[in-house]
Amino acid sequence: MNLTLGRILQYVLLLIATLFFLLPVYLVVVTALKEPSAITLQSTWQLPQRWYWESFAQAWNAFLPKLQNSFFLTVIATLLSALLGSINGYVLSKWKFPGANVIFPLMLFGMFIPYQAVLIPLFQFVREIGLGGSLWGLILVHVVYGLPITTLIFRNYYAEIPDELIEASRIDGAGFFGIYGKVVFPLSLPGFVVVIIWQFTQIWNEFLFAVTLVSSPANQPITVALAQLAGGEAVKWNLPMAGALLAALPTLLVYIFLGRYFIRGLLAGSVKG
Amino acid sequence: MRWLKNKDSLYSVLVLLPSVILIAVFVYGFIGQTVYTSLTDWGKDPSQALSANPQIRFIGLENYRELFTGLVDSRFRQDLVNTIFFTLFFILGCLALGLGLAMILDRGPAGEGFFRTVFLFPMSLSFIVTGTIWRWMLQPAGGVNQLPTVVGLPKGGFAWLTSREQVWQFSWNDLPLYTALVVSAVLMWIGLTAFRGGQRRRGWIAAGSAGLLLLWVLVIGDRLQLLPYDEPHGFNLAFIGIILAAVWQMSGYTMALYLAGLRGIPEELREAARVDGATEWQLYRHIIFPMLAPITLSAMIILGHISLKIFDLIFAMAGADNAPTDVPALLMYLTTFRANQIAKGAAIGTILLILVALVIVPYLYSQLRSEVRR
Repeated sequence: MNLTLGRILQYVLLLIATLFFLLPVYLVVVTALKEPSAITLQSTWQLPQRWYWESFAQAWNAFLPKLQNSFFLTVIATLLSALLGSINGYVLSKWKFPGANVIFPLMLFGMFIPYQAVLIPLFQFVREIGLGGSLWGLILVHVVYGLPITTLIFRNYYAEIPDELIEASRIDGAGFFGIYGKVVFPLSLPGFVVVIIWQFTQIWNEFLFAVTLVSSPANQPITVALAQLAGGEAVKWNLPMAGALLAALPTLLVYIFLGRYFIRGLLAGSVKG
Repeated sequence: MRWLKNKDSLYSVLVLLPSVILIAVFVYGFIGQTVYTSLTDWGKDPSQALSANPQIRFIGLENYRELFTGLVDSRFRQDLVNTIFFTLFFILGCLALGLGLAMILDRGPAGEGFFRTVFLFPMSLSFIVTGTIWRWMLQPAGGVNQLPTVVGLPKGGFAWLTSREQVWQFSWNDLPLYTALVVSAVLMWIGLTAFRGGQRRRGWIAAGSAGLLLLWVLVIGDRLQLLPYDEPHGFNLAFIGIILAAVWQMSGYTMALYLAGLRGIPEELREAARVDGATEWQLYRHIIFPMLAPITLSAMIILGHISLKIFDLIFAMAGADNAPTDVPALLMYLTTFRANQIAKGAAIGTILLILVALVIVPYLYSQLRSEVRR
């Protein structure tokens, strides 16, 4: 009896928690599917009288260029920072040189700094090298500030490749690049999955760099466009809600289908190797 | 070590070098430049702010003095108070909800995988998306306030995000006093544990410093005036909604951490405690919670540094110009890129960096030291 009471309580609490986490989703979907004229504050929670799919078409048209910007930027920056992180992690786990124990924490700190503390020189630097306002400037910035986390994840991942394996290939005559190309890189797939998912999510979702470094609307990523739309007063809420769904979809899909790796990246972010 | 005896070692250094240089410039070089900028008057004269070759003078700590005690910068001081309260409640909320959810899931309810997915999915969203959604949820006349009407109750009337009400007010002039009291309390606690652990020298040093600080409070601190008048600051109720949204987004993270921790506790340990007659509560209180303490500390630090930096969530939820929900991270952006007060923006950025470093540096140090020991 006692046990069943505990069980019931457990499920009631789970239900309440689930409501808390899913109510916003319900509201987004319902609002996005209402006619603009049917959206009133009093009827927020009601289902639409008539399902209205136009908002998605509108949001799609309005956001398509921004989504393309985001994809372009995210894919290139993610791949570059993953490659750099992989080679860094290889060096830092298999070729420890004197001073590596000093360099690594100094690199890691770059992951935690508030970017407000580098934003002004960064803004000037990007402008001075002629990348001001362009997506390439943003890519450069994401690659650089992604280095700490990608290096950390690969370093911890490669630490699990036995040193004997490295030693054996060395005896077989493989050098620094040979070992990386023939031994380490082929074993890296799960590491790359974690890093790519993590970086993809982070860069896709990023806002501060995007809003300060990219001034022209043509180059805006989706987060900036969405923030501007939602900030406007005259806009009806169906559009921001449909836009929020579009902006959320890529990372949400990644999470749903590759959640295991997503969580691994998440836990790696709290440093423990 | 056969370090540098062959060209492979040279390659390894050459390969790492670009990244090291990039980090050195983009992190440390730029931090240095920001700190220097914060010591100048760049932007004070609007005509100089955006010119190609601005005339910049070194003015020392003037910007910092103004931020903490100047008449025009009271918004910054309220922002500091905001960020502290926000961090406190955000961390508490995430820890409590995360732990609760993890404890329930640890008992293996049906559909555990589904619930885990639901609790964690907000983590994959952008703060901008979360902010946009919750901005709509928290419309004063709609959303959450309308929720009670669904079950026939009268609607709520809380002014989410726009409330101007403030609780727990204190005068800014008393801040050094409170700081000194808190620091001396911490020092006394350190001293006490040192005495208990038999480290007499350490104990005396800590207790002595605490005593000196208390003496300072009694003799000088009381008469110290940062401002010529009382300037009240407190917790803005407008933040409640933002805290709610932030907890919604991040509590899944603490749940994942705690769940991993709970799963790591061997079943035999629980069995043994139950055999010894421990109640469920005693089991948690004396065995499980202490074992989760390191996870709590990690989570507090990660969440703390996120909340000190938080910018996009507030930007999307309450807008950049809503003073009651402003934080230093947002004010830095406004000061620098809207008001063109570049040096003052740099000073705010530097203060943020110091706040975050106070949290992160000891953490990185201890983490990496324990790694070396392993």
